[in-house]
Amino acid sequence: MRGRVKLNRRERGDLPQSARRFAFVLIMICCTCLVLLHPAGAQVTSERLLNSAKEPQNWLTYSGDYSGRRFSPLNQINATNVRSLSAKWVYQIGATGKLETTPLVVDGILYATGQDDRAFALDARTGRPIWLYQRQLPSDIRPCCGRVNRGLAISGDKVFIGTLDAHVIALDSKTGNVVWDVAAADYRTGHSFTVAPLAVKNLVVIGASGGEYGIRGFIDAYDAATGERQWRFYTVPGPGEPGHETWEGDSWKVGGAPAWNTGTYDPVTNQIFWPTGNPAPSNRGEGRAGDNLYSNSLLALNADTGKMNWYFQFTKHDEHDWDATQVPVMIDSGGKHLIAQANRNGFFYVLDRTTGKLVSANAYGKITWSDTKDAEGRPIAKKEASPTLEGHTVCPGALGTTNFMAPAYNPQTSLFYVTARDQCDIFSTAPQPYEPGHAYYGSAYFPSEEARPYAGFLKAIDPATGQVKWQFQHTSPTWSGVLSTAGGLVFTGDAEGNFIALDAASGKPLWHFQMGGAVYAAPMAFAVDGKQYVAIAAGSAIYAFGLP
Amino acid sequence: MVTGVWSDLAADDRNPLAGDPKAAKAGEYEFRINCALCHGLGARGGGRGPDLTRAQKKHTHSDAEMFQIISSGIPGTAMPANGTNGQGVGMTDREIWQIIAYIRSLEVKAPAKALGNAARGKDLFYGDANCSLCHMVEGKGGRLGPELTSIGGSRTREAIIESVRNPSRRLAWGLTEATKEFPQEYESVTLVTGDGKQIKGVTLNEDSFTVQVMDQDEKVYLLEKDKLRSFQKSRESLMPKYNPDVLSDKGLEDIVAYLVSVGTK
Repeated sequence: MRGRVKLNRRERGDLPQSARRFAFVLIMICCTCLVLLHPAGAQVTSERLLNSAKEPQNWLTYSGDYSGRRFSPLNQINATNVRSLSAKWVYQIGATGKLETTPLVVDGILYATGQDDRAFALDARTGRPIWLYQRQLPSDIRPCCGRVNRGLAISGDKVFIGTLDAHVIALDSKTGNVVWDVAAADYRTGHSFTVAPLAVKNLVVIGASGGEYGIRGFIDAYDAATGERQWRFYTVPGPGEPGHETWEGDSWKVGGAPAWNTGTYDPVTNQIFWPTGNPAPSNRGEGRAGDNLYSNSLLALNADTGKMNWYFQFTKHDEHDWDATQVPVMIDSGGKHLIAQANRNGFFYVLDRTTGKLVSANAYGKITWSDTKDAEGRPIAKKEASPTLEGHTVCPGALGTTNFMAPAYNPQTSLFYVTARDQCDIFSTAPQPYEPGHAYYGSAYFPSEEARPYAGFLKAIDPATGQVKWQFQHTSPTWSGVLSTAGGLVFTGDAEGNFIALDAASGKPLWHFQMGGAVYAAPMAFAVDGKQYVAIAAGSAIYAFGLP
Repeated sequence: MVTGVWSDLAADDRNPLAGDPKAAKAGEYEFRINCALCHGLGARGGGRGPDLTRAQKKHTHSDAEMFQIISSGIPGTAMPANGTNGQGVGMTDREIWQIIAYIRSLEVKAPAKALGNAARGKDLFYGDANCSLCHMVEGKGGRLGPELTSIGGSRTREAIIESVRNPSRRLAWGLTEATKEFPQEYESVTLVTGDGKQIKGVTLNEDSFTVQVMDQDEKVYLLEKDKLRSFQKSRESLMPKYNPDVLSDKGLEDIVAYLVSVGTK
């Protein structure tokens, strides 16, 4: 079996053998007792990002590590003692609108983002701010779906955010001072960034939002030191490029396929796996005949060059706004190197991440759009699922069986945890001309009364079978992501403001805390001074919990 | 408010697109995307947004006022400012004017004479029809059902009639929390507490671990679900179905006339 992370001497940092052995012993000691290995403010080298498993006290990327598992190896808080978990601090951002951020924690400092492109650094033990940053946004930005941001990336002595006016910014991690600021695209044509970037080697990788405006989607990589763009992958191929023939006429120019959620990185093959969103207009297929590559796809890109190695398209020629932007999770099982995604279209997909070939696709929620599969096992859309002028009901609705909520995979239970909703929508379509910067849906959708009340769940899926092993039903659908830990726990939030810990094996709720505001973010875990914390954003605040 | 290419349109007192059928059609789709969730398809009123097909509206008269409200929202109500509800793209000024053109195209003049008799309707409401046992209007009446002072100004006659004749078909919306996607509905609940007390009532609010209930005697119970012996919710409204043999069509029209007279004051 291939090791998950096997590094050569150069990538490790070229330490002499004795120093490596010493470092290894030190790391082991630190992992055990959760003592800080690095002083606050130490550089986050690319080696540290590669070896994040060796510093479980830190949360170094959006999903916690490069695999996308959102799994914390910390087990101080566990199924036995979680009942005594209590709030340790709350940080009030003092702004309105949704918080979708996942904090990062590095050596005792917590970094997170807020509404309107705020960013801040807090003492992770107390919640007291060290620095605050807020982007001066132009008054005429019109971001879809809230003035939100899902988090930052960290590398070296900088943190990186994408902004609602489509800039990428590097802030000094000790002061919040702007180090560099580059415009990636024109916000007036509907481009923006809401995604947490991913730092890989010397690069900062980020994907565009704007599928509601007919942008031409892209994934960019910037030099972390200078902000110079190193590569761009257009998710809609231009003339002469493979896949261009899947677009009718000039529709590719406004084809959408944004890339607004964070991908994952496989250091063994040096590939970035990044998911893409809906073709534009989102609910009208007329005028863009064809599969519309690479919308609603998972892309495997060479990290150094941005060249595509393979792609897998989940929903061809989508007419229901079913972005495939859910975090793809790398799973190694039985000698196989897999990548799994609980897709917005209601199917749970497992792919071979070496080849991009489909392993399995199983429905994990209420779906009516497909009842057959093609020769490769891919669900095929029924003709009658297409939106009509008058409108008719299709499940899932436009918000999907899941959406941007971060999932989790726990290697100890071998279960994949995802927030799901059963809701159906009436999809109707209408001609809509493209105008730069204007909404470009070609349609409207409206919640169907048929499925009321809409149901929300936390589901635990066995990737080996695609079957739902257990589910916890929320009072109403939630937008919270999920964290799983080595303490045998799964953490999630709900629309009613609860933060909930469940038994990872059985789904039994073990503990909850009322935070007073709905959750649109995903939890994460960290440790400082040997004490484990679990943190989540709710309402307009960040909460941190720990044992007494 | 959104500024930019169309800001010249915002300064107008009257809709520059007034009477343009193409603008009204475009406005229909914009309305579906941005407004229908609360105001209903066809602007005929939803769970929390008023019916906009009435010529006489509570908060607006002129096109300019309507533009202002769509742009900035109505403080103290569920009506948000443009682009702040977190779902979908906000509207440009031009799109707002299209929506206004659409709403104007739907407006129906109130009938010259109300179909029912408001004074008789008030007698029925507080008397034989027993509405006031559960519903309050202008501070008088019961608490178990939704408060109805403004309902006549925000819902169509047809919607009110449907909720009386078939109250379970679409449960009324109750508490709406600022950060929550869905409002609480008037679900009915039957439960037995840990000490064996049986309670039947409506849910004031609920989450996965607690439930707040008002029983038929208007007692409020604040309960933890894991301490209950049983807990059953139902989408069958506690409000009885008022069939025509219980409340005649004429009597119902009188009650509607009463609610409209209060709600459009």
